[in-house]
Amino acid sequence: MHPIVKLVAQRLALGALLLLAASALIFGLTEALPGDAAQAILGQAATAESLANLREEMGLNRPALTRYFEWLGGILTGDMGVALTNKLDIATSVASRMSNTLFLAFWAALISVPLAILLGLIAVRYQNRWPDKAISGVTLASISLPEFMIAYILIFFFAVKLFWAPSFANISPSMDLLDKLHAIALPVAVLVMVVLAHMMRMTRAAILNVMQSAYIETAELKGLTGFQVIARHAFPNAIAPIVNVVMINMAYLVVGVVVVEVVFAYPGMGQYLVDAVVKRDVPVVLACGVIFAAVYILLNIFADVVSILTNPRLRHPK
Amino acid sequence: MKDQLDYMAQNVTAGKMTRREFMGKAAALGVSAAVASSMFADAAKAASPVKGGVLKMGVQGGESTNSQDPALWASDVPIAGGRNWAETLVEVGPDGSLEGLVAESWEGSADAKTWRFKIRQGIEFSNGKSVTAEDVMRTMERHTNEDSQSGALGIVKGIESMRADGDVFELKLGVGNADMPYLIGDYHLAIQPNGGFDNPTEAVSTGPYTLESDEPGVRMTFKRNPNYWGGDAVAHYDGVEVITLNDATARTAALQSGQVDIINRVEPKIAQLLDRAPNLAVRNVSGRGHYVFIMHVDTAPFDVNELRLALKYAVNREEMVEKILRGYGGVGNDMPINAAYPLFDETIPQREHDLAKAKEHYEKSGHDGSPIILRTADGAFPGAVDAAALFQQSAQAAGIPLEIKREPNDGYWSEVWNKQPFCCSYWGGRPVQDQMYSTAYLSSADWNDTRWKVPAFDEMLLSARAELDEAKRKETYSQMGQMLRNEGGLILPMFNDFIDAVSNSVQGYEPDPNGPVMNWYASKKTWKA
Repeated sequence: MHPIVKLVAQRLALGALLLLAASALIFGLTEALPGDAAQAILGQAATAESLANLREEMGLNRPALTRYFEWLGGILTGDMGVALTNKLDIATSVASRMSNTLFLAFWAALISVPLAILLGLIAVRYQNRWPDKAISGVTLASISLPEFMIAYILIFFFAVKLFWAPSFANISPSMDLLDKLHAIALPVAVLVMVVLAHMMRMTRAAILNVMQSAYIETAELKGLTGFQVIARHAFPNAIAPIVNVVMINMAYLVVGVVVVEVVFAYPGMGQYLVDAVVKRDVPVVLACGVIFAAVYILLNIFADVVSILTNPRLRHPK
Repeated sequence: MKDQLDYMAQNVTAGKMTRREFMGKAAALGVSAAVASSMFADAAKAASPVKGGVLKMGVQGGESTNSQDPALWASDVPIAGGRNWAETLVEVGPDGSLEGLVAESWEGSADAKTWRFKIRQGIEFSNGKSVTAEDVMRTMERHTNEDSQSGALGIVKGIESMRADGDVFELKLGVGNADMPYLIGDYHLAIQPNGGFDNPTEAVSTGPYTLESDEPGVRMTFKRNPNYWGGDAVAHYDGVEVITLNDATARTAALQSGQVDIINRVEPKIAQLLDRAPNLAVRNVSGRGHYVFIMHVDTAPFDVNELRLALKYAVNREEMVEKILRGYGGVGNDMPINAAYPLFDETIPQREHDLAKAKEHYEKSGHDGSPIILRTADGAFPGAVDAAALFQQSAQAAGIPLEIKREPNDGYWSEVWNKQPFCCSYWGGRPVQDQMYSTAYLSSADWNDTRWKVPAFDEMLLSARAELDEAKRKETYSQMGQMLRNEGGLILPMFNDFIDAVSNSVQGYEPDPNGPVMNWYASKKTWKA
């Protein structure tokens, strides 16, 4: 077996164990939160009687371990169960929420990753001159602002003043692609601004690091232009750290955008998870938690594999 | 001048200016009475309902955990959505009078124990099935039976027996209650086929619209119910969208950019600024909702009335209305009733901020000077943390060692409220005094969050409940209010307004003290010009 295939198989198996551990941890922590779903649903309107009735109906009176293993048994057979709070099928809800989240993340990544790398390359080419300083300045400024602040600023100018884009991302499955893209224009812009700096700075730093090497000097001596040196010789050797940072940001785009979802009322996974935690809807929290953990694990495996493939010393180990 | 007249005419069309105001202002501009009168008529004609269009409401208070089961409704989004498809027996009008919905008429026996509701003839559920008294009875059964988790359980558990008698639904109460028709109008008690036993979340009732799609925590869409019994007088829109917009800034921006037509819960601090925007108006109405600091009267140190009085005198009510509500509300009088309730006694003196009296009562209470801890959280009510800080300042000025403990929002209603002896909270108010008192001040009430258990008070409540002579009821309610004001465990500094903002394209909007957004009847009663 090719060592890479073996490695991926190993990592996937480890990932599965990790997921199991994560689900146990999430379950334990949710259980440890004060109150339960019945109390959270009834809230200020709870009476001893209605609480007892609701607990009975939701099966919350049974021991925690029983409920955990029932859930585990369900998920291993592909059944995520139904939400405690509104009795809706979790798989259906997650599918629509997850596709929204991935849609937003996809477009944000499609714009931000190439842009960040391009800006990083330009910054290296013009290191310490005005393009470098301008790029760093603008991206660092945008990462330093809290994301809701960027969102409010964009809403104020582009939705309320100019009417170019809607102020909240009202998307539904029946819309065509262009309408959807118009609807998510502002949240995508915010996300791009938030993730750009991290990736761009890493690209710049990784390439500059490589630029100190002797072979870069050789490339320069043989007469290549500045951009050719960077693109052909420096960038390929800087891919590993860049991919790692890109993957961290991709993971963030999938699992960490709840603030942007709230501000733009975007029906993604983050808001769904937060609502479920507030209402102590354990099966939903578990489903979301496990999916988020899986996203992290898969992206990490991907980043590792790419690092190995781009590094001949790791690709052909002795 | 033309601009001003146009603007006034717009106000008339939008229902914001009466004929008298219009004529007066037109005269001030030098317009003759005859011309002004015809201008008013033109503007008012534009106010006759127009059919069609889609009403979009941006509503705070929705979660992805919301359900279409009326028994579980507790926040604004499900209630706003429910008003479209779900109908109750009766509705409480803006003036506090009752109007029949599923019930055409109703009557009570002399002892207010037996109530008969005549079901409107020939009306159908949105699935085409006829509405029978049987369906009504099954609905009440579902909310009262022992498995019930209904938010209306407290309202209907006094029912001893029910029966369907032809087209009449009859219920018998253990203790007479003159307000029963008001209580049965509670939004949880929406009439469903077979009482909703078969499928409580199928969203079938007799409302003006029917549910088209439902994404909990995102949006609900409705289309007009072609079968609606109310005819052409109401339900003017082709469709209605209820969009969950929990973020205050997102809500305001959506209204300003024209993506929604109505929003609820405008933040008091921006209400005046928002009202200046050209294409919309902020509409507020004083309701029965109130913000409170509640003490358990059975727990030290709050078991000493002198200390309770000291704290009541120490609150600066005017300052709270001005700084927490920005003027969108009124001062409270340490009783949960205000002028928005029927049978309110206006002559009860208003308690003023009085540090000297606070000091005097505090000294009389013999409190040992240990810190008095007030628990608060952002979610207790909007501005609760700031209100607690204001209270602390004014209490300390009277020498009362008030300290604030800030609690997390998460779990506040399960761990702090109704458990800790002194905390911030809010009440949404109820349509009638009896219901407010029965919900939280009766000895046996589940939500007696001040631990107010006074037999004399209970007796007065029960006697007023069955009393059909209004003058006597008013007198009893007045005594009860004063008793709470002078001895109760609630410090009630302010009643909060409902603050909505409405696009100028929406016509026929009339604030309703029973709830925000015309008590959520906006989709039924307004139209777009």
